Amino acid sequence: MKISVGRGSCGNAAGAGEIFELLENGVAALGVDCPVSVVGCIGACYLEPIVNVLSRNGETRTFVKVTPDAVAGILQYVASSQQSAAAAFEISPKDLENIETQQRIALRNCGIIDPENIDDYVAREGYAAIEKCVKTMTPEQVIEEMKLSGLGGRGGAGFPTWFKWNAARQAEPAPFPRSDSCEQTSARHDGSHKALNKKYIICNADEGDPGAFMDRAVIEGDPHAMIEGMLIAAYAIGSDEGIVYVRAEYPLAIVRLEKALEQARTMGFLGNNLFGSDFSFDIRIKAGAGAFVCGEETALIASLEGERGMPRLKPPFPAQKGYWQKPSNINNVETFANVPWIIRNGGEAFAAIGTENSKGTKVFALTGKIANGGLVEVPMGQTIRDVVYGVGGGIKDGKNFKAVQLGGPSGGCIPAELIDTVIDYKALAETGAIMGSGGMVVMDESTCMVDMARFFLDFTCKESCGKCTHCRIGTRRMLEILERICGGDGREGDIELLSDLAEQIKEGSLCALGQTAPNPVLTTLRYFRNEYEDHILRKKCTARQCKPLLTYTIIPEKCVGCTLCVRACAFGAISGEVRKPHMIEQEKCTKCGACVAACKFDAIEVV
Amino acid sequence: MSCDCGNNLKISDSDIDVSLLEPTLVKYADVSGSLITILQKAQDLYGYLPADLLMYISRRIGVKPAKVMGVVSFYTQFRTKPAGKNLILLCQGTACHVNGSADIEDAIRECLKIEEGEISDDGLFTYNNVACLGCCSLAPAMMIGDKTYGNLTKKSTVEVLESIAKEES
Repeated sequence: MKISVGRGSCGNAAGAGEIFELLENGVAALGVDCPVSVVGCIGACYLEPIVNVLSRNGETRTFVKVTPDAVAGILQYVASSQQSAAAAFEISPKDLENIETQQRIALRNCGIIDPENIDDYVAREGYAAIEKCVKTMTPEQVIEEMKLSGLGGRGGAGFPTWFKWNAARQAEPAPFPRSDSCEQTSARHDGSHKALNKKYIICNADEGDPGAFMDRAVIEGDPHAMIEGMLIAAYAIGSDEGIVYVRAEYPLAIVRLEKALEQARTMGFLGNNLFGSDFSFDIRIKAGAGAFVCGEETALIASLEGERGMPRLKPPFPAQKGYWQKPSNINNVETFANVPWIIRNGGEAFAAIGTENSKGTKVFALTGKIANGGLVEVPMGQTIRDVVYGVGGGIKDGKNFKAVQLGGPSGGCIPAELIDTVIDYKALAETGAIMGSGGMVVMDESTCMVDMARFFLDFTCKESCGKCTHCRIGTRRMLEILERICGGDGREGDIELLSDLAEQIKEGSLCALGQTAPNPVLTTLRYFRNEYEDHILRKKCTARQCKPLLTYTIIPEKCVGCTLCVRACAFGAISGEVRKPHMIEQEKCTKCGACVAACKFDAIEVV
Repeated sequence: MSCDCGNNLKISDSDIDVSLLEPTLVKYADVSGSLITILQKAQDLYGYLPADLLMYISRRIGVKPAKVMGVVSFYTQFRTKPAGKNLILLCQGTACHVNGSADIEDAIRECLKIEEGEISDDGLFTYNNVACLGCCSLAPAMMIGDKTYGNLTKKSTVEVLESIAKEES
């Protein structure tokens, strides 16, 4: 028998740490042979904490939303294999189906293996792919297999992975930078990157897109998949050094990755002369310091070199001149996690999944107003409806679906009428949104689209590195306009001004951050122009989110005069006699909403 | 040509114990591209990056003060002002925004009587808004130390803060 507890960041935050301890102590007290192990996130974050019990006859029982009180029941099941008091916590058939019907490639081991135990990974054909590469394939054949698979970069742009690998493989060895170049005055080199044929493999784990967390889940739940992917890439391009650039906000991921690297070294999967060949490779971790723009390749490289993370003009591409001017290949975590599967099963098997121009599967982080929030991996070619209403379980609290935001600050909002859009790089781009890294934020009727546009511009404005004038100042001006629209001071002509600025920022910015920064505004203008007009002309926010545009009034028929709202109002704006309908003085009202929260009779109307 | 401003600065004038940073400097001072790593270690040790310390680092690793400051001001992780004992990272990512992170910020402000970046009167808390903690399925979420708290409401936020304050007292 065996028990596993889902302990990704999501599980831990839901209380899995306590459950884990209780189960460990409980099993010890029972004296049964039943190890309690840690697994990563299975993706069903809305069901955390999740406990799996693998019984003697090979049957797995899954308990969800486990509370400390439920532990006794689970232990009873462990002790007797009888239906127990924990039956109420067993996963529903529908939820189980949601997990089991997904097609998992990148997340194949997440939530199943113990990320801190390399044996678990090896037992599931781990490191078999790199062994196959080293022993039976030439680097060119590896790249050819990747070409067959059609895998596109999962960080956002979907650029063919094989192409980048091939470019890095064929890159001419870069001469050491001239000693009189200006960088030399401050950067002193330790010599490791002086080797003529030096090439780097860099893993971009700086998952900065607010609303996406698949990379965190992979590192926390299956770090070796990413490490093996990096190994294969290193073999293909001829690199001996890898770097993982990981967000400092992911402390658990860093700890698990450190452990995984250590175990891989001990087992001989990292280090010199791997599998008895002359192929050597090792990986180190570099913690990012918090800058969204560092997701851009050249900015990431600048950050790795200890500089401000500011993008530079391409070409030269990193494949030609990257980290320390050496050919470097950068892929993101999810991309690397797909690679071992492709090598083991063949590029054709991967290419058989998906659509004509988007192959394989894609992981989405389903969040926002969705019933079943978490990570899902679906084949390309499914529709947004399949994801939201299938695995996602529809909208929370029975409200109406309004839009889905895809691609984060670089992406856009896809409205309800386009819900049957197919998940495919091209089809999504046609809507004005992008696939992005896979953040899918679901919105219902209570989400104001102008406020969403303001939210994203606020983000890109703060995260603009400042290099290009249009991005630095243009996003600021757009934000100011959106703020005044949400604040009730929108003017006629603002929509045209926004569109004009948006076009100029797109034209005048060097990197993708600036070029795509206006997308959230452009897509909301395209699909929800009426909301902008309501804000500007009628001074109304139909989603009731923009507080300065709201009016709070008490419905006399519903008010019983309980005085709860009077006490809740910090500004003395509500008056009235006990047990008689009250009144809100509009001049004093700050529209904070405290009265609405306090009223138990739904007597306060917000329009 | 190298800049030698700051060479005359005596760190002993302030009450920073720079010897804490010595092992880090020994390890990284001659490894190019280590500025961010050194600054991260320094912030772990001192809680923030005082100007005197930055000058000292600049001198020790031979990177101009302006460049050090340029890097410090570029990345959101670095603080040049002290923070409370418990740093609250309040997620303002998309999912948290949609699920009402603004209300959670109100609750923190009201409970601790501080604005972003300030230290509460008891010295226990500072809060910062951050772009995304990557716990979107738990939105709204915040992180204190290495611990993440999810599915927050105004009430549960205050309860978390109160329980930490109680443990500290």
